[in-house]
Amino acid sequence: MKVAVIRFPGANCDQDALHALRDDAHIDAEYVWHEDHSLRGYDAALLPGGFTYGDYLRCGAMAAGAPILDEVARFAREGRPVIGVCNGFQILCEAGLLPGALMANAKQKFLCRDVHLQAVNRSSFWTRGVTKTLRMPIAHLEGRYVADPDTICRLEDEDRIAFRYVPGPGESPEDANPNGATHAIAGVLNEKGNVLGIMPHPERATRKILGSDDGLLILRALCAAKAAA
Amino acid sequence: MTKVRVYVTLKPSLLDSAGRTVAGALQKLGYEELEEARIGKLIELQVDPYSEARVKEMCDKLLANPVIEDYRVEVVA
Repeated sequence: MKVAVIRFPGANCDQDALHALRDDAHIDAEYVWHEDHSLRGYDAALLPGGFTYGDYLRCGAMAAGAPILDEVARFAREGRPVIGVCNGFQILCEAGLLPGALMANAKQKFLCRDVHLQAVNRSSFWTRGVTKTLRMPIAHLEGRYVADPDTICRLEDEDRIAFRYVPGPGESPEDANPNGATHAIAGVLNEKGNVLGIMPHPERATRKILGSDDGLLILRALCAAKAAA
Repeated sequence: MTKVRVYVTLKPSLLDSAGRTVAGALQKLGYEELEEARIGKLIELQVDPYSEARVKEMCDKLLANPVIEDYRVEVVA
């Protein structure tokens, strides 16, 4: 079981992700360059957070056209695990591998703080192990999840809302949804449930000394992934 | 060489948080008549030869995101 951590120019969470996977989640992981054309030898892919191409035009728009995305799309089709965190989530949406888009936070402010999350779907590859409320950081300016009303209804009906922002201790429901996301959506799944896009950073919450190790509950789902045939 | 302008705007149903901030600032400057401001993008392209179909393709593939944006193409000269 080996995870490909895709490196894009302008991403800045690739090292965190590799470290979190290897040293905290104890999962084999390696970097793969965005201009590579093959994910042969890997069983899962992680698209890290950051500011690919300086967030020019739209966050993730340019990275979504990288050659390696054809392989990420193949993984998505074949049911292999794919996770996009923050900018990685934006890239997956821009590439059409997840529905919807991430827009500027409702209050036009870069948000860097801990949030609380609840898994809505409890049966997908990524969420079946998540039964408790998770705490982990967000760090984004464009994290307000939007989609047209029909798509939101479909996501609800098909149980594809992976995570929602929920109030932490003493927090009001309004404060709990930091960016004004539709229905407080923090993460969504593709139809098969093997592709997860999530705005909060599980790779930044993998040790108690970081304030939380709840991110491991998401990353360690990868331990259950089958090795590629 | 043909100069083409692509105007990209957010779909009317979506909250434009930057536009709302700008509207608030204009109102504070005394422009009480202002009801709304929405911010879009202007992208100028120079192409040779010009093909309407290929410029539309550029918009659909990269310049605009159909989930949140509309676009309009204007041939300048």
